[in-house]
Amino acid sequence: MTSFIGRILKKPPSSALQAKERLHLVLVHDRTDLSSEDLKKLKDRLIQAISDFVEIDADETEIQIQVEGREQTLIANIPLRSPRRRRK
Amino acid sequence: MNGKVVAIISGKGGVGKTTTAANLGIALATLGQKVVCIDTDIGLRNLDVVLGLENRIVYDLVDVVEGRCRLTQAMVRDRRYENLHLIPAAQTRDKSAVSASDMVRLCEELRSMADWIVIDSPAGIERGFRNAIAPADQVLVITNPEVSSLRDADRIIGLVEAEEKGPAQLIINRINPEMVKRGDMLSISDVIELLAIPLIGIVPEDETVLISTNSGQPVVLNEKSKAGLAFLNIGKRLLGEEVPWVSLNVKAGLLSRLGQLFSGET
Repeated sequence: MTSFIGRILKKPPSSALQAKERLHLVLVHDRTDLSSEDLKKLKDRLIQAISDFVEIDADETEIQIQVEGREQTLIANIPLRSPRRRRK
Repeated sequence: MNGKVVAIISGKGGVGKTTTAANLGIALATLGQKVVCIDTDIGLRNLDVVLGLENRIVYDLVDVVEGRCRLTQAMVRDRRYENLHLIPAAQTRDKSAVSASDMVRLCEELRSMADWIVIDSPAGIERGFRNAIAPADQVLVITNPEVSSLRDADRIIGLVEAEEKGPAQLIINRINPEMVKRGDMLSISDVIELLAIPLIGIVPEDETVLISTNSGQPVVLNEKSKAGLAFLNIGKRLLGEEVPWVSLNVKAGLLSRLGQLFSGET
């Protein structure tokens, strides 16, 4: 919320907000023991594995860790190629 | 009597574990509880000096564990509160002198003698920390609203969960309402959102803490101190009382200031 308003007013984010955003990322990596490099590798392999079964849009594929309290969930958003595009 | 064991931990050093252990011990004693504080920071003994009991030590924790004295002989009685005792850490030994099972056995014996056993843990995540949480029924994590202390708190909360001692409860220490208002310090709700464990105490940054500690009279004994009141309230919450959160207001209205401190927004 604060960051949204901050962006609209083009104010630089407060140092507290910077701390919060940095910590958010650090804590996710600490808790899961996954670096952003690992996450990228995971994404590439996921794309590879799924492509064996169905045609997917690799460029639009997103993978991220969602935090809910102290629980982390791996969220993958993998758009499938539409049948029309597949036929061309 | 079936005393409860509370461990005070933080991961990072210097965030206020010993200050909290001392003040919580005295708070519980003033609330009529029988309390034994144990300093498990072997080699870096400090709870004695914060409590103002440093001149009365004869035996220590390692003497008890190694059988050189009886448990009651190592319990230093506080002159201000006869229901408060301290078992000091050994100063000339290291952490390997005490094991987790030693601590469990010791606390089993103490449970029949006290209502509360407050354990001051050393910093770090090694043996001393393991010793402190092994006998614990409840774990209190101290953090300051800054990045390194929060990161270490998160790590140690995970370790407490892994040992099935969770959920730990959170004490946010040294919060500065002016800085929160300016957007230069993480707010209480930021900290709770990041660490995601229940809150049991908010202690404002307060000069009276250092001043009291200088003279060996923990700040909870000072009725005019905001930090002292915050520690007393943590004691009450441990006893199951519902205590409203202390207003940390300086100038503005009470409710608005408290709201700001929680949200960090003006």
